[in-house]
Amino acid sequence: MGGDRDPVTRIRTAPSTVIATVLGVGLPLAFLGVFFAWPVAAMIGRGFADGLGGFAEVFARPRTVRLIGLTLAQAALASVICVVLGLPVAHVLYRLAFRGRALVRALVILPFVLPTVVVGVAFRTLLRGTPLDGTFAAILLALVFFNIAVVVRTVGSAWEGLDPRQEDAARVLGASPARVFLTITLPRLGPSIAAAASIVFLFCATAFGVVLVLGGTKFGTIETEIYLLTTQFLDLRAASVLSVTQLVIVVALLAVVGRVRGGTQRRAAIARRARRTDAPAIVAAIVVTAALAVPVIALVERSLRTTTGYGFTNYALLAGTGSRNALVVPVWVALGNSLTTAVQATLIAVVVGLAAALVLSRSPRRPIARRALAAFDGALLLPLGVSAVTVGFGFLITLNQPPFDLRSSPVLVPIAQALVALPLVVRTVLPVLRSIDPRLRESAAVLGAAPWRVLRDVDLAVVARPVLAASGFAFAVALGEFGATSFLARPDRPTLPVVIFRLIGLPGGDNFGMALAASVVLAGVTVAVIALVERLRVDTVGAF
Amino acid sequence: MKYAILAAAVALVLTGCSAPSTDAQPLVLVTHDSFALSDGILDQFTAQTGIPVQVQSAGDAGQLVNTLVLTKDSPLGDVVFGIDNTFASRAVDNGVLADYASKDLTSAEDQYLLPEGQGREQLTPIDNGDVCVNVDHEWFAEHGIAEPVTLDDLIKPEYKDLFVTEAANSSSPGLAFLLATIAKYGDGGWQDYWTKLMANGTKVDAGWSDAYYVDFSGPSSEGDRPIVVSYASSPPFEVPEGATEAPTGALLDTCFRQTEYAGVIAGTKNPAGAQKLVDFLFSTTVQNDIPETMYVYPVNAKATLPDSFVKFAKIAPDPFVVSPADIDENREAWLAEWAAIATP
Repeated sequence: MGGDRDPVTRIRTAPSTVIATVLGVGLPLAFLGVFFAWPVAAMIGRGFADGLGGFAEVFARPRTVRLIGLTLAQAALASVICVVLGLPVAHVLYRLAFRGRALVRALVILPFVLPTVVVGVAFRTLLRGTPLDGTFAAILLALVFFNIAVVVRTVGSAWEGLDPRQEDAARVLGASPARVFLTITLPRLGPSIAAAASIVFLFCATAFGVVLVLGGTKFGTIETEIYLLTTQFLDLRAASVLSVTQLVIVVALLAVVGRVRGGTQRRAAIARRARRTDAPAIVAAIVVTAALAVPVIALVERSLRTTTGYGFTNYALLAGTGSRNALVVPVWVALGNSLTTAVQATLIAVVVGLAAALVLSRSPRRPIARRALAAFDGALLLPLGVSAVTVGFGFLITLNQPPFDLRSSPVLVPIAQALVALPLVVRTVLPVLRSIDPRLRESAAVLGAAPWRVLRDVDLAVVARPVLAASGFAFAVALGEFGATSFLARPDRPTLPVVIFRLIGLPGGDNFGMALAASVVLAGVTVAVIALVERLRVDTVGAF
Repeated sequence: MKYAILAAAVALVLTGCSAPSTDAQPLVLVTHDSFALSDGILDQFTAQTGIPVQVQSAGDAGQLVNTLVLTKDSPLGDVVFGIDNTFASRAVDNGVLADYASKDLTSAEDQYLLPEGQGREQLTPIDNGDVCVNVDHEWFAEHGIAEPVTLDDLIKPEYKDLFVTEAANSSSPGLAFLLATIAKYGDGGWQDYWTKLMANGTKVDAGWSDAYYVDFSGPSSEGDRPIVVSYASSPPFEVPEGATEAPTGALLDTCFRQTEYAGVIAGTKNPAGAQKLVDFLFSTTVQNDIPETMYVYPVNAKATLPDSFVKFAKIAPDPFVVSPADIDENREAWLAEWAAIATP
């Protein structure tokens, strides 16, 4: 793309475009610099205060090597399984038209926002007594359960916009469905699959609660080890060595993924009715969705259990503060806090993410600029690959001076949540922006549209639907975020996941029941919000 | 439109910087995530002194102390609550606390004080709770098996596959139980005990909720193991409304006592106010509230206990003790040895 030296190119590099680029790069970089790079660097720096001798010593421990191996193995396997199982679901939910599609789409994302500690207990209750309990396979199952939504939504959004005429042509010419899929569809989905897989890999590589709860104590990851070293032993040297190792793995992964890029041709595709050839995908999608539903159903069933049978006792209790005042605020107030925070986090993630994606979608001619963009692209994903403990402690030791004296400020929570949601926003929006034919922008410019007008009428118009999808996703992530939030939330303003964690950490049937009921409420709210966003998207099709 | 969103986001970030305006500079109470007091308790402090209190959570008990150490040059707050005896040495040795123990302590609370030079000068005891092996009375009655009583019993064949505990390196009650066994069997003997414990089918879970709600057979869970490491205050929670007996019980010969302390953070700009807040945490206003909100016992001899505690909660007469200095010195080595035995 690009590279043609016609007058159009000169128009596109007008001064206002330069300003736009600087803003688009500057805003995300400033955000990541202050709220990610600086805290993490400061924290790692503490560990290397006495020099770099820690590397040899930490890597000489057999435990370290084993943990790195386990981390890579579980993240790689889980990513592959997520892609294989997620593709048929994405196809059915984003290419086929059927009643209740928006609802199923929303349901699939549900596991992604459930609190790990609750799902851990739900999973273990299901697995207890089976040979799977406490095995590596159990961890994989849970990781797939949590992350498959990333594949379904990221790949699904891209798939939705693929021009189906190429497939149709191949089909008419006699190609088998498998051949059509392998030679036409799959290559075009490549970039979005790579994007989704890399996000899943990062989530899995830094998974924490799931590994602890389901692996018993037999399996650790770099992440659980950093947590242990930092919070239990205050062994910052070893923790820093592992943090750097984590970063190296992430950067290496991003470099590999960076090779699989490029745009996909788009048009506003209209979902079609199912054909007989869709049967395998439909069967696979039903099986996967049903499997996802099992732990959720188990959770709902247990939340409805009372001492005498079934009922809504646990839900009624949510209006209060638990057995013997387990909570500072009623669960409904915590839900309100969660919603407020999640809206703020979504706003931050979407503004910063959109700015970044607009810049990333351009294909500059100069190789150095292209390489800089690739690096920028990778930098946006880094927050997913670095331990929440490192970032959390980093916040505390850096954001203590004006103008960033934010340590006890409620604004840190949405910022921390936005850090996690930001890569998802970029990954959802970017493939769509990249797929815009540059000639569209050029024509607009030639016809006299100012650069801002081009941005608004071409880029933003095309991206409106994906941005809504990304907002829903970011919102769901922010709503369910626990790791950083528990670290930073003010005790008098707890979020729902924090409250659930507290309830499940206390003995007594009421508290346990309330934790389950609150999890179901959290899940229900998330599904409602996502379903609403899906509906909004349908409405915007008319304007599009 | 985009500008509007951007401006809103920037405004959001900027307004976050300014603290809410009050007459007096508030005191910041840094604590762990299990901290809770009833509504209005901290307001009473403000009413008495004119100083508002802002609570700042810093993760679990381990994270709390490490946070204080890491932020020593620019302290997070004025007063800390929630340093326990397993982490006290680290806080004291790193010099994150100013010298002050509440002026209201009496000889009745001597038993909770840390040794001299190991925190006695900086930390005021606020609450304590025992981590004990809990048993499911109903299960043992149903199966006609006598309940275990001591740590020794847990390695007997009749209790094979019946015990579940938490990992000492990822769970605070798990660590407390390990320390109980270290106190009981000594520095050279606990490894042998744990080897036998594991050979007797002990299950080690990552965390408390996992052990208690999944594997324990108690009334609010559906597991099949009737013996679990939990708190001495757990049984009162299992008493159904109107019942007179708890369906579970704590074995009082297996307990390790966790005492939580408060102290003035070194570098506070308001040492006088901070000392008043420590005194307030030790006062009966807070002490009477602690059992119902944090499920632990107040240390103040003048505090009164709620009925449910009086009836169902028990205190170990002679809990196991390991000195904070020993814990700090050996924590890593013990946990490494423990992990090799219990989580092969």
